[in-house]
Order: sequence, then C-alpha cells, then structure tokens
Amino acid sequence: MTHSWQGFVRADGRKGIRNVLVVAYLVECAHHVARQIVAPFGHQDVHLIGFPGCYPNTYAQRIMQRVATHPNVGAVLLVSLGCESFDRTGLAEAVASSRRPTATLVIQQHGGTAATVDAGRGWVEQTLPQLQSGPRAEMRIDELVVGTICGGSDATSGLTANPVCGRVFDMLVAHGATCIFEETGELIGCEQHMASRAVTPELGQTLIAAVEKAARYYSVLGHASFAPGNAEGGLSTIEEKSLGAYCKSGRAPIRGLIKPGDIPPRGGLYLLDVVPDGEVRFGFPNIADNAETVELISCGCHLILFTTGRGSVVGSAISPVIKVCANPETYHRLSADMDINAGRILEGQATQEQVAQELFDLVLAVAAGSRTASERLGHQEFLLGYKFFEPTPPACLPA
Amino acid sequence: MNQTPQSSPELTDPRLLQLAPEDNVAVARRTIAAGEQILIAGQMVCLSGEIPVGHKLAVRHIAAGQKIIKYGAPIGSATRDIACGEHVHTHNIASEYLPAYTQRGLIAQ
Repeated sequence: MTHSWQGFVRADGRKGIRNVLVVAYLVECAHHVARQIVAPFGHQDVHLIGFPGCYPNTYAQRIMQRVATHPNVGAVLLVSLGCESFDRTGLAEAVASSRRPTATLVIQQHGGTAATVDAGRGWVEQTLPQLQSGPRAEMRIDELVVGTICGGSDATSGLTANPVCGRVFDMLVAHGATCIFEETGELIGCEQHMASRAVTPELGQTLIAAVEKAARYYSVLGHASFAPGNAEGGLSTIEEKSLGAYCKSGRAPIRGLIKPGDIPPRGGLYLLDVVPDGEVRFGFPNIADNAETVELISCGCHLILFTTGRGSVVGSAISPVIKVCANPETYHRLSADMDINAGRILEGQATQEQVAQELFDLVLAVAAGSRTASERLGHQEFLLGYKFFEPTPPACLPA
Repeated sequence: MNQTPQSSPELTDPRLLQLAPEDNVAVARRTIAAGEQILIAGQMVCLSGEIPVGHKLAVRHIAAGQKIIKYGAPIGSATRDIACGEHVHTHNIASEYLPAYTQRGLIAQ
C-alpha cells in the first residue's frame, strides 16, 4: 500500500481526494429547484447541499463558505430564491476568489422553477468536463484531514469500533496527518484525562472549559448523560461511558481545540467543539449526526470514520464516509452499508491491531479514489442549522 | 495456538477482551456463567459469579481505593478489595468524577 496518490489541486494549495460539483440552495424555498438540477447527474459526483433558513446566521454563512471551498469541491452552483437573507454575493465572491468555476441562479430573476432548472442543468453539463481536466498532483498522507464520529452506538461501540478508530488516528497522526474528533457532550468525565494530553496547560484548561460548557448546555436541554440502561450493559460510571466514545481519539497529544469552520493549521490531533457558545438559543447543538459530519467537513476533513453499533447507514455530501461497524450481528444484517466489520474482534476472529490495519489501508484506498459503501449507495446527506459561536481564542491553538 | 486479541500474550481466556495492556479489568465477549474456569494471565480462576456480556471482571487483585483502569484510563476506584476474576461493577467501584464546575461552585461558597 503506497502512502501517496493523485489528488486534485486547488488554488489555495490544498488538495482534494474527490472532485465534486456542488449545487447549493441558499434557503429551503430553493431546495426543490436545486434538487431538480442535480437529479439527472446521479452518479457523477454532483452533490446537493444547502441551508434552509431565511434569517441570517453568521455561523451558517461561514460553514457554507467553508464547504463550498472545501478541497474535495471543484465547482459550485448557487441557487437562490432571491428574497432570503443569506449573503449569496459574499458566498459567490468567496468561491470565485478560490478560482473554482461558479455561477449563481436567482429563481425570482430567472423566470421561475422550470427556467432555473434548465439553466442549472445546462451549467452543470458545461462545467463537468472542465472539472475533469483540472490539475492533479501527488498527495501524501500528511496532507490528509480525517474526522471521526459515532452514531447509532450500542454496548459494542466502545469495545471494538471506537478503539480501532483510536488506533488508526494514532497511525495517521504518526504519519503527519490531521485528525479531528468531536462531541464534547459525550466526553463528560474525560476532561481531566483529555487536559493531560494537551500540548500546553492553557490548552488543557480550554478543553476542560469546553466539556463544562457541553455539560451545562445539555443539562439545560434536560438530557443527562448516564442512563440506567448503561449500567445494565455493563457500564459502571460516567467516566467509563465517556471513555467508550473518547477512545476514538487514540493516544496522540491534543494539538488544539477548534470550532466549526476552523481549519487546523498543521498536522496532529484536534478536538472540534460543536456546542454553541453563550446561552442556549437555537435548541440542540446538532439535531442529528449528519450536522456533525458537515461541521467536520467544514474544518477540512477529506473523509470521515463513522463508527456504529446499531447500524447507521448514512454517508455525506462532499467527503466520503467510511463506516466501521462495531456489532457483528448488525454487520451481518447491514453488510452492504458497512465498510469494516470491527465486530470480528468481539467474536475472537480478528485482533484490534488487524482491524486497525485494515481500516488504515482502507483510508488510503478511499483517499486514492476507491468508493465507500455509502458512496456506492448514493448517500449525500447534508444538514446545517442555526448556531452561535464566539471566535476561537488564541490559547486553543498553541504555536 | 490461538492468540487472544490484544490481551496479555501470557494466555488470557479468549472469552475476555482487554482493551489496553495496562488495564486491570477485561470485558466478557459473551456471558460467562458462575463456576466456570477462566484463564487470566496464565492462571485458572473459578468465577464466583456470572459475568454478563459486556461486563467487566478484574484481571488482577485490586485493593480498595485503587483506580480501575480500562482503555488505559481510570474509570473510577474500588470501594472494597476486588479479587482476580471477580465481577467489577457498581457494587464494588464508584465514579470519582466531580464536574469541574461543581467543584468551582463549592469553592465559591
């Protein structure tokens, strides 16, 4: 297995592992038109993304800009109704200055649904060949950004898939890659241990504060973390439950704490703080796993390691999702949706090291263009809502 | 010879899963009945009680007050002495976790 492959070169110097044309609706009222534009291009890496809200939100604007200029994205078509408050000009300018082919269609100015769909499909048809002739160059593992998330977890997640993911993170970080883990709400009880892994004491304090913020946020929402069912499954303490998710991060030093849309400045391991700042105002931090995936992608993740016990089937727009199944029974039921069967560890058929090596090799194969199960099945989930974040303080990213 | 995944190579029972080498507990891959003999670091131990799937047992003697290590990290501490092979759960270990903001609240009072 080689540790380099041909990437897609972007004007900002970053490289992508996919070359996606995204069609982005800028308000729910433009969603149908955008979906119709994408429909005939099903298997050609034309992905639908968007933001449904009509009211402005700095966070959503920033995330849309980050994903539209993500290294896996080669061209961008914006679809606006016309009267929504999303700053479409700002987004179009950001994409244009990244030297990607881009166009904006405003439904109210373009003559309605049918005319806009026609124009959009025409633009996609004309742009796809341009994308194929874009520059390629060798891309190495130390240019790769990988995120991890767990969804549909069960008692096996923390025994097989999550520790395997942690080992793969350690291998990737050792090769110079950038790795990002997240969901501070699932790390309650691990903050002291996490702080001890921080590269500076100041960063350690910010990691602790991020977990405290999550604990407060979720307690306002009325969601305690340790439930009676956890004890029946063999979990004895909150620390133990959280460690089951936390072990996805491996053992590398933690280089920084980032917020959605922050791009890590160099290789190493980072914690993504997805819980909004300030008082609780827009509801749940993320209403479903897909929103966390989008936030990881907004931080530059080229691909996502998704661990699941009960069997999530999701993928994502823009960045491939590798699904690591923790539970052997789930794997046998949903094998076409899964990429890795970590449940073999529980059955005694493979060691953690063996499955970790298999996943590491798959990460490189997917980076080189091999399709994941969710890509083959056409999954392109994308979910973005309202949030508020303060700017990331300097202590979060030590030099 | 079947090598047990990532457990100490000195022969630990294939029905157990040890998540990190420094752990003093291992997890049952499937439910193991009371009275069964189980191999822990080369020693045969008779289980005093049932270990349900996903639950933990001690892979060495753990004295009261000692930390319970799983994933290479503390998950709580022993509230009494725990014998090698004994079920480790809420009856003999306790969380040491106090949210930092609670501690600060106490200090503030």
